[in-house]
Amino acid sequence: MEHGSYSDPSKATFSFVDEDHTFANSVRFSLNQDPRVSFCGYSIPHPSDNRVNIRIQTTGDPAREVLIDACQDLMVMCQHVRGTFDKAVSDFKKGKTRKGKKDMDVE
Amino acid sequence: MSEEDESMSEQSNELGLDFILSLDDVPSKLPPHLELFKTRVLCSNDAPIHTDTIQYSGAYATLGVDNSLRLDSFCEKFKVEVKRLTDSDIEFDMIGIDPAIANAFRRILIAEVPTMAIERVYIANNTSVIQDEVLSHRLGLVPIRADPRLFEYPDNAGDEKNEKNTIVFKLRARCQLGQPRITVKSDKLKWLPNGSELPCEDAKPNAGSKPKTFTSFTCSQDSLPEFSSNPISLTYTDIILAKLGPGQEIELEVHAVKGIGRTHAKWSPVATAWYRMLPEVVLLEDVEGEMADELKKKCPVNVFDIEDIGKGRRRATVARPRDCTLCRECIRAGKEWEDRVSLRRVKNHFIFTVESTGALPPEVLFTEAVKILEDKCERVITELS
Repeated sequence: MEHGSYSDPSKATFSFVDEDHTFANSVRFSLNQDPRVSFCGYSIPHPSDNRVNIRIQTTGDPAREVLIDACQDLMVMCQHVRGTFDKAVSDFKKGKTRKGKKDMDVE
Repeated sequence: MSEEDESMSEQSNELGLDFILSLDDVPSKLPPHLELFKTRVLCSNDAPIHTDTIQYSGAYATLGVDNSLRLDSFCEKFKVEVKRLTDSDIEFDMIGIDPAIANAFRRILIAEVPTMAIERVYIANNTSVIQDEVLSHRLGLVPIRADPRLFEYPDNAGDEKNEKNTIVFKLRARCQLGQPRITVKSDKLKWLPNGSELPCEDAKPNAGSKPKTFTSFTCSQDSLPEFSSNPISLTYTDIILAKLGPGQEIELEVHAVKGIGRTHAKWSPVATAWYRMLPEVVLLEDVEGEMADELKKKCPVNVFDIEDIGKGRRRATVARPRDCTLCRECIRAGKEWEDRVSLRRVKNHFIFTVESTGALPPEVLFTEAVKILEDKCERVITELS
């Protein structure tokens, strides 16, 4: 849910239910890396509520679009992390079996 | 010795700043001291300093240095190195990522990757000394080896318990009179692929038809292709559930459902998942002779070695910086030691350890966690656009 103004879309607060520090802190990182963002931060108004508010102020672009871009960046990062990790694991497994074979040859 | 260790031991011969600047992942634009503060946590005698990460893209705008993250440069620099991989745990290095993201993965692993855990316990008889509710709690914590991706979350609205969302086990244990006491272990939990065997209380006894039970499976779970070759079982069969004295008896049935660790820790797929930043130990000046022996002796985890540099002279080297626990014992003796040894942590290098409880292999757990963060982003994108 977006709380902003019609006249100035460059500042808005987004309220997400069922999210916590996990998502908010990562997206804050992603937003901070965007040069269009002049301010961003998040708060959890009450620890018993499953709700997080993310405040974004930009240098002119609509806050909504900047947030979408930040989420997309985060997604691309995650996909790259997953790809790299899977490759590292399969390389490790391959290396291990090769090493195991070598050991057996020695025996 | 791995390549990394070699490069780490080489660094001890150099002055710290030069070493950092010679790393290819460090852009040379920032002044060296700022670069050091940006990429390393410095652990001085009293407290660690420069612990924060500089995330804001314009943080160094006045110096003409762009701090924004380009995805292509992230992809280029990001590295994963697996150090150890067993059935139950994995240790890997994740290099070139912000703590915000690394911590998100850790939090998701602990609280948001789903598993199957015992949620309902139907006790037909329990004459043991362990109370029903305590026994139920113990049963809930027993890890179940079943791939949660093959199951659906229980539907809150309907009361349908079918083969897609419920796993049923039964437990029958009895200690005969005149026999010694017995220990009931988790291997006594027997999987019921056909669902519940207990008749539902409100069902009217109806001769001819099968009595209504607590579940309504349309088919046997072991007839499903995903379970026929890999039957559902418990990760550990030697978990003590109760002890029975002569004449005591337990008869119960348990239903396991899918859930996440945020609801209850029994659904957490990891024993724990944690990371630490890579320690970096730099000798700022040559430590020779007796002082080198002293330094080697100071370290309880044996980070330092002593090398011969000819003419009977000996010098301390940093041989195993990865083992450093940052106990700061080596710099405790006074200012002069703080000037000799610099203890640091590399801010974007994480040594990640994941210990699985057995539902999924640890490497699969991590990829599942990353997928969950992706799903979160995707959900927000669809919500906003």
